[in-house]
Amino acid sequence: MLRLKKLVKTYKTGDQALKSVDLEVPKGQVLALIGPSGAGKSTLIRCINRLVEPTSGEVWLGDVDLARLGAGALRRERRRMGMIFQEYSLVERLSVMENVLSGRLGYVGFWRSFTRRFPQSDVDEAFRLLERVGLADMADKRADELSGGQRQRVGICRALIQNPALLLVDEPTASLDPKTSRQIMRLICELCAERDLAAIINIHDVALAQMFVQRVIGLRAGAVEFDGPPDGLTPEVLTTIYGEEDWHQTIKKDDEEEAAA
Amino acid sequence: MSAAASAGMAGAGAPRTWRKPPFIKRAWLRWTLGICALAYLCAAFYSLEVNWSRVYEGLDRGAAFVAAFAKPDFVSRWNDIRDGMIESLIITVAASVVGIIISIPIGLGAARNIAPLPVYVVCRGIVALSRALQEIIVAILLVAIFGFGPLAGFLTLSFATIGFLSKLLAEDIEAMDRAQGEAIRATGSRWMQWINYGVQPQVMPRLIGLSMYRLDINFRESAILGLVGAGGIGATLNTAFDRYEFDTAAAILLIIIGVVMALEYLSGIIRARMQ
Repeated sequence: MLRLKKLVKTYKTGDQALKSVDLEVPKGQVLALIGPSGAGKSTLIRCINRLVEPTSGEVWLGDVDLARLGAGALRRERRRMGMIFQEYSLVERLSVMENVLSGRLGYVGFWRSFTRRFPQSDVDEAFRLLERVGLADMADKRADELSGGQRQRVGICRALIQNPALLLVDEPTASLDPKTSRQIMRLICELCAERDLAAIINIHDVALAQMFVQRVIGLRAGAVEFDGPPDGLTPEVLTTIYGEEDWHQTIKKDDEEEAAA
Repeated sequence: MSAAASAGMAGAGAPRTWRKPPFIKRAWLRWTLGICALAYLCAAFYSLEVNWSRVYEGLDRGAAFVAAFAKPDFVSRWNDIRDGMIESLIITVAASVVGIIISIPIGLGAARNIAPLPVYVVCRGIVALSRALQEIIVAILLVAIFGFGPLAGFLTLSFATIGFLSKLLAEDIEAMDRAQGEAIRATGSRWMQWINYGVQPQVMPRLIGLSMYRLDINFRESAILGLVGAGGIGATLNTAFDRYEFDTAAAILLIIIGVVMALEYLSGIIRARMQ
């Protein structure tokens, strides 16, 4: 469903963030993208919806090459890609409902969005999503009144109301405590399963990734170093991705493995 | 690590001193610059020529002026004062509204993080032009073109508002949180929707605060612009001074102070509600 072909990104400073990345993600697959800071994880997912312009290469979503689209067509294709951010990236002075409905901006005209008169079906869907993530009575609160976990749930609703085919998730748990992190990861993975959504999740926490995803990509200095199931992450593999360290505490025991399956 | 630690231990015998590194490293240059600045200051003071006998005579006139504040005369020229105030308020409100409406698109264009370079250069140019020309000079020019009266004052203040508000709005937009806007862009929003959802909520409190402040400035300026014939309460004030009617002038100044304080109070309430 998503295919990256020889994707390269070189920043103006000369830093080569991505060196010819090839990747194929089938429909409904949730994959984790791991790697050290600066390996190009954020750049990779931002090159997919072109918040960062790729230098060369192709990004196929279905039968459209996103890398070649003009502004209008890109805008229409972005509706099919929901994005979830590390620091939630909610618009803080807008209400929870406005933040969720902002996921529909690609579908409604300017005046409808300016006057906040969204179609009834969008409002119904927004309430349904807020109920699903347990925030139904928060609709009129301002986004900056919520806790971190609540904000990330709103961020998830905003991404899902786009009715996307693909979720791009950038460090969803990096600002959350361990328990909330698990809840948020579980929620994302459940929702992907319910809607048969593919997702690329950038994540620092290797153990957390192993707990929830079907496939792990290890990125190092802009190149794919590992592509396989979560239990393929041996100390040797982690050393090639991150460098020398004692990995035995990081890798989960075999008896916990059914969580990933 | 261990080498640094042992070095720290070795130095533990004699206490190490530390001073903030000076801004100018070379001591002779630092002292020379300091002495030059002091010498210039002294020379500047000595060059002031004060005619003390003239000051002594002038004290009487100053005293008459101050004494007039004790018994301001609102009554004998009340009709002139009222007309002048109404004209000033009309100039102020109209110039502020028009200025703010024009400032918003120019402010968006003058923010480097959202405007393409050519638009940015043009908008910054407009801002620079508006800020470079002092209100009084613009007013004199516009009075020459449009004749005496409030129209010249209204146009002057609208023009000055654009320079002030666009610049500060653009700076607030440049300092906004990029991530919030990025998230709105990622949903496939149009440019206008991105501004409305991603940018506007972040800069709205500041825009309203600045607008209130500019309303305040415009009112005070309208009192000055009357001195060059651009209408408003300033014209009335000018006439009062010309006739040596300090009691009427005092009444006008007290009204101006009252209005400015009322505006300040109002803007405090509005800003508290907007946060």
